[in-house]
Amino acid sequence: MAVTVSIPTILRTHTGGQKSVEAAGATLAEVIDDLETNHGGLKQRLVKEGALHRFVNVYVNDEDVRFAGGLGAAVKDGDTVTILPAVAGG
Amino acid sequence: MIRRDLVDAMVAHARRDHPDEACGVIAGPEGSDRPERFIAMDNAERSPTFYRFDSMEQLRVHREMSANDEETIVVYHSHTATEAYPSRTDISYASEPQAHYVLISTRDPEQHELRSYRILDGVVTEEPVEVVESYMFAHTGADDTPDCP
Repeated sequence: MAVTVSIPTILRTHTGGQKSVEAAGATLAEVIDDLETNHGGLKQRLVKEGALHRFVNVYVNDEDVRFAGGLGAAVKDGDTVTILPAVAGG
Repeated sequence: MIRRDLVDAMVAHARRDHPDEACGVIAGPEGSDRPERFIAMDNAERSPTFYRFDSMEQLRVHREMSANDEETIVVYHSHTATEAYPSRTDISYASEPQAHYVLISTRDPEQHELRSYRILDGVVTEEPVEVVESYMFAHTGADDTPDCP
C-alpha cells in the first residue's frame, strides 16, 4: 500500500529537503507511523494527544481529513496525502 | 519591495471585509522573493478577531502554485481594531520561513496602517516596505547591484 506524501517547506528538514516521499498504511494514522520510521520527528509535528495538530491541514486526495475521519481516514494504494500548514491567526 | 497595485489590492480587500479580518496571499516565482500574483482568500472564520484560510480553497491555490512553479511570497491579513503588529496567535501559526507577513490595520477609517514582518521560530522581525510602480524600473542607484535578483 504505497501512497505519496507531499511535504510542506517547513517540514522538509525531516525529509532531507524532499518535497514528497513514499509511505505505506491503510489509514492516515498508519501512514504517519510509517513516515516516522523513515523521517523521525515528523509525527510530533502532525499529531498531538492522539489527534491531528491544529497547525496542520492534511488531505487525502481532495478531502480535508478533518471532515473525513481524521487519523482514521482510509488510505489506499496510489493515493496522495498532502500536508499543508494551517494559515491562521488573530 | 512590492508593487503599488498589490498594496492597493490588499488594502481594498481589508477595507471591503471590515469589520471582519481579511486574508490572502501573493504568489511569485519560486526563489524570486518577488510578489506578483494577488490571491484574496476567504476567511473561513468570518470573524473580527480571527482568520483562517478555508482549507479546500487553500488546497486548490497550493496546487495552482505548484503547477506554476510559484511559492507564497506574502501572507497578509488585517487587524480591524488593533495595530498592524502580529498577535500571539499570528506568531504561533506562522510557518512559511520564506514569506513576508503583511499586516494591515483598518481601525482608522481614514488612514490604514500596513507593515511587514518575518516570523521565524516565534521571533518577529519588522522589515521596511518599499512600494514601487514596477519591478523592472525599480532602481538601487548602484550599477553593480542587480535591481531584481
